[in-house]
Amino acid sequence: MSTQQGRPLPDPIKMVTIPSRLDYTITPGEAPTRFLRGILEGRILAERCPKCGKVYMPPRGSCATCAIPTKEQVELSAKGTVTTFCVVNLPFYGQAVEIPYVCASVVLDGADLPFFCLLAECPVEEVRPGMRVEAVWCEPSERKPSLENIRYMKPTGEPDATYESFKEHL
Amino acid sequence: MGQDKLKHYEGVLSAVHTLEYPYTRSVGRVIGTFLAGLREGRILGIRGAGGSVLVPPSEYDPVTTESLTEMLDVGDTGVVTTWSWVEAPRAKHPLQKPFAWALVKLDGATTSLLHAVDAGDEKRMKTGMRVRVRWRAERKGGISDIECFEPAEAKS
Ligand SMILES: [Zn+2]
Repeated sequence: MSTQQGRPLPDPIKMVTIPSRLDYTITPGEAPTRFLRGILEGRILAERCPKCGKVYMPPRGSCATCAIPTKEQVELSAKGTVTTFCVVNLPFYGQAVEIPYVCASVVLDGADLPFFCLLAECPVEEVRPGMRVEAVWCEPSERKPSLENIRYMKPTGEPDATYESFKEHL
Repeated sequence: MGQDKLKHYEGVLSAVHTLEYPYTRSVGRVIGTFLAGLREGRILGIRGAGGSVLVPPSEYDPVTTESLTEMLDVGDTGVVTTWSWVEAPRAKHPLQKPFAWALVKLDGATTSLLHAVDAGDEKRMKTGMRVRVRWRAERKGGISDIECFEPAEAKS
């Protein structure tokens, strides 16, 4: 193919890589800030709704159901129960953990919302709903105001929790 | 935000967060040829319906929707059809000094191309002014192979 003016056209470029980038400043707000400052000390500070009694971990500062502030702080232990989980077998761009690994939904004792975390020190085929787990924390010197201070959860070895005990949190 | 409000928020955490990913895609024959042309220091348009010349080129005529194929060189000088002055450029802008975003109708084209114009001063910008491409010395086959446009009389 050539142009009208007779000059041959260049071979087309087939692919382009366009880096997409968004720079944010994240301000988590007051309740998550209290939570993250607690995490820095290795403490898990959840908040209870004064109306329905649900305990939010991490706290958002208000109850999603009752739409009122959750002012009461509740310190939770770093032990909980696996509700659901997934085994990641596929590598992907930006991956931080070697595959296969387990991403689990864990509800801490006394909390009413599960949170996502890594589950380790356990063969992937042994992970199951109801499994009792506890947090493995970063060294205090490595800690940041981040949920990543819980490096992962590991099995406690206790007997499994009954389905009845966590079915509300699935 | 009032001073009281600021005090209220003192001690609340905040952190810089960057969301970034490389996005690789195919560009197709027409844009692919346009980009390859830029690498050679050429600006290619495409013949549209009714004799129009579209720059940047598109695969289909925007009015009749017919498939377009005839690519042709257009000039590297043209006319500013509209513009907007940027007093404080941001990090990813093509120029790190005040410049204009402008639609430039290149000689031989019937549509306008969006690019930066380095006019030095807003007072120098006007609709209808003639501009010329300033090519980047090292070209990679992207729209930034055109560093910017500059007033045409500057180098005449
Ligand atoms: Zn509530």
